[in-house]
Amino acid sequence: MNGSTRLRLRRGALLGPALVWWTALLAAPVLLVLAYSVFQRGVYGGVVYDFSLDNFDRIADSLYLDVLWFSVRVAGEATLVALLIGYPAAWFIATRPERWRTILLVLVVLPFWTSLLIRTYSWMVLLNDEGLINNGLQSLGIIDEPLSLLYNEFAIVLGLTYGYLPLMILPLYAAIERLSPELREAASDLGASGWRAFLTVTFPLTRAGVTAGCIFVFVPSLGNFLVPDLLGGGREQMVGNLIQTQFLKARDWPFGATLALAIIALMTIVLLIQAWINARDRTREVA
Amino acid sequence: MARSRMRRFGALAAAGALTMGIAACGADVETSDNAKAGESAAPAEQPSGGNKTLTISNWDKYIPEDLIPGFEKETGIKVKYAKHATNEEILGKLEAADGGGFDMVFVSGQFAESLKNRGWAAKIDHAAIPNEKNLYPEASKLPYDVGNTHSMPYTWGTTGLCYRSDKVSGTPDSWNDLLKPSAQVKGKTTMLSTDRWLLLPALKSLGFSANTKDEGELQQARDLLIKTKDTLLAYDDTTFYSKLVSGEALLVQAWDGWCNYGIAENPKIKFVVPKEGSDLWVDSMVVLEKSENKEAAMKFIDYVLRPESGQGVVDLLTYNTPNKAAMDGLDPKLKKQYPSLGVDPKELLAQEGLRDLGEAQPAWSRIVTEVTS
Amino acid sequence: MRGRVGGKVLGVGFAATLAFLYLPILVLVVLSFNASGLPTSWGGFTTGWYSELLNNDGLTKAFLNTLIVAFWATLISVVLGTLLAFGLEKAVKSTGLDAVSYIPMIIPDIVLAIALLSFYNLVFTQWLGLSLGLWSVILGHATFGIAFVAIIVRTRLRHFDDSMVEASLDLGANELRTFRHVTLPAITPGIVAGALVAFTLSLDEFVIAFFTAGTSVTFPIQVYSMVRFGVTPEINAAATLVVGVSLVLTVLALRLRGRSETTL
Repeated sequence: MNGSTRLRLRRGALLGPALVWWTALLAAPVLLVLAYSVFQRGVYGGVVYDFSLDNFDRIADSLYLDVLWFSVRVAGEATLVALLIGYPAAWFIATRPERWRTILLVLVVLPFWTSLLIRTYSWMVLLNDEGLINNGLQSLGIIDEPLSLLYNEFAIVLGLTYGYLPLMILPLYAAIERLSPELREAASDLGASGWRAFLTVTFPLTRAGVTAGCIFVFVPSLGNFLVPDLLGGGREQMVGNLIQTQFLKARDWPFGATLALAIIALMTIVLLIQAWINARDRTREVA
Repeated sequence: MARSRMRRFGALAAAGALTMGIAACGADVETSDNAKAGESAAPAEQPSGGNKTLTISNWDKYIPEDLIPGFEKETGIKVKYAKHATNEEILGKLEAADGGGFDMVFVSGQFAESLKNRGWAAKIDHAAIPNEKNLYPEASKLPYDVGNTHSMPYTWGTTGLCYRSDKVSGTPDSWNDLLKPSAQVKGKTTMLSTDRWLLLPALKSLGFSANTKDEGELQQARDLLIKTKDTLLAYDDTTFYSKLVSGEALLVQAWDGWCNYGIAENPKIKFVVPKEGSDLWVDSMVVLEKSENKEAAMKFIDYVLRPESGQGVVDLLTYNTPNKAAMDGLDPKLKKQYPSLGVDPKELLAQEGLRDLGEAQPAWSRIVTEVTS
Repeated sequence: MRGRVGGKVLGVGFAATLAFLYLPILVLVVLSFNASGLPTSWGGFTTGWYSELLNNDGLTKAFLNTLIVAFWATLISVVLGTLLAFGLEKAVKSTGLDAVSYIPMIIPDIVLAIALLSFYNLVFTQWLGLSLGLWSVILGHATFGIAFVAIIVRTRLRHFDDSMVEASLDLGANELRTFRHVTLPAITPGIVAGALVAFTLSLDEFVIAFFTAGTSVTFPIQVYSMVRFGVTPEINAAATLVVGVSLVLTVLALRLRGRSETTL
């Protein structure tokens, strides 16, 4: 067996299983559904196979573009907050003695083994005008009037951040943990040189983890429909609600498929940017 | 490296994995509703062949607990029970499986009509359902399926205003009490979020039909609802009655049966049907055309239409059922506590029955998006 | 000196983060003992909901089903995902394939759910006569789990020093030994993190499970269908038990690993 055959076999063995899996269970079914976008809805739902690009016209409507922009904005806010909270948390875990790291990781992830739906309802109990947070703050005398914490954008961002925080922490942890202790030590120093060391050396070295974490939060946030429904009080629609509505309520699969295509296109652009950053990283890497 | 410990851990992990594997390859763990079914969902099973199983999808806790075991015992037919939380979900599932996957589903009337129009609803075999005689005569005049050719009603009711009579002065009697609320209730109101019921108050207050397909009328309703949105606390399909009980809300749009849940917690809560009129909603049973167990399904429907079954339904849900024999036998105290249970079916039928919207459905969905986004 | 202050600040920050994560859990634990059925008023302490829960084995069985699904989905995801990570990072340099590994994440879950059900219906139900169940859910969950594991393991692999591998091979170890003793320990934190993500995602996944489970019931399906009335104390009791059991199992698992030096 010569070198290149061996190489090809090796590639096949590594990439093969996952790619075959995805071809059968991902590519084929999803392409079938997305193909509906060029057909029409039947009178009672269902699909009528008359080719038409009407759906793409329907999308270019300020109603849907507004919803899209709102979703991108809110998902972006949630991602930023998750990063600000998640990075120090991941750093903390990665810099503890080895014995503690697993336990801390599990502590972070443990809440998420309980239904997010139930925990979202708990947030509603906490955040509403007569809820625990408002009652607590009022009885402590910090505020006089209840704060409006629920059924608004604040609640949606909080809900999204909360829902996807471990997806930010875990990849960050994987990236930070492999840094050499000297680098970490230098960055823990809070002085000017510590900050500079962090920003110019340490943080960039964890960039792979940062981009992974950001994608893990941004993408699902964009498609979430529960949080705007419950914590947002149904007063704002996000892209996830839109797609749900088309497939389930309007029973307009062709239009739903068109919307899905638009979202996928948008996110593909985000991913390509990320892949470009990674490629740059790889050529730039010294260590 | 603590090799022996790693090995021990590895061995335990492998044992755990093996157990899980065996558990997974064997029957998946049946839920209590399926437990009596006995048949596993192992991959080798055939869904066809008329072996006596009935696969049903319904809302959770929407059927009396003893009904299915009682049916299974009496007929020897095993029931596999799946649950859905909304009509739209189960329709989505049926759509993706091209009308298959179940023998029978519980859906609201307008969706039963939709299934009929898609050709997925089987004809009801009235000869096999002698207990149909227990229904009110009005139950055969349901607009979405006159004569019950492709569905059989299970529960019915109307939509209206549910409010705290101790905190709201006067007696609300119009949809405008919700749409253009007084200062007293402003910010403490909710509306139902499902499209048919979201638009209902606006359409009725403007004098339009609850099944309208007219773009102009829909837009007027939309404009009214957009103005209302600023006065609302939230759109809520599930927890509006507990908001009433806690005082977070004072006046909400509610289905009559749901308002009863609030009344059960606080007798000061009252229900009223606005004078502009409202809808008639019906939850019904539909047998699927692709089912290979239609005979068993008809038997099940017949069982559900027994007076005792109907009484069990009312006891469980505090909903109205079209089962006259059951309603007549109701405890008068129940009717007193929940006035909606004492309503004459003629009054219910005087409201406008919800119909499938056909090609207008996407337009409705768009209007709802415009209102809620 | 400054390092210590920094460390303290980080520690406090972490505690606050944990508080944020656990606040709703605290609420649902407390509510599970609430005699009043509604979350808005306290009706007195009771353990009645737990006994009702234990009588309602629908929830318990649904939870066991969810564990089975999550276990198998995670296993498949870890194996295929790690292989994929190696392939993408070491064997092939292709931006296109890189992007492909993200695709399962960006497909809206309802689209994937409907696609899978349509596919299953055509291939498995109509052609092979199989009925759907937990196995069909496992297939769906593994489909996106592979992506998450691959991405996370790659962040580990990206800066993995091949010179160590070469050194090991030079010193006479064969490829398998090198993998076990050099490569594997280095990427294990990535695999563990990836496995945790895949497991967590599968545990609470509703949309795909709902559409592809046939008449099987997973915990999210059961919970979502019960939420017609909002969250009852019974549901809160179930959630509390889930947290409690997870905690106990984790402590046990960690104890069993012993005080090994090289944990992660």
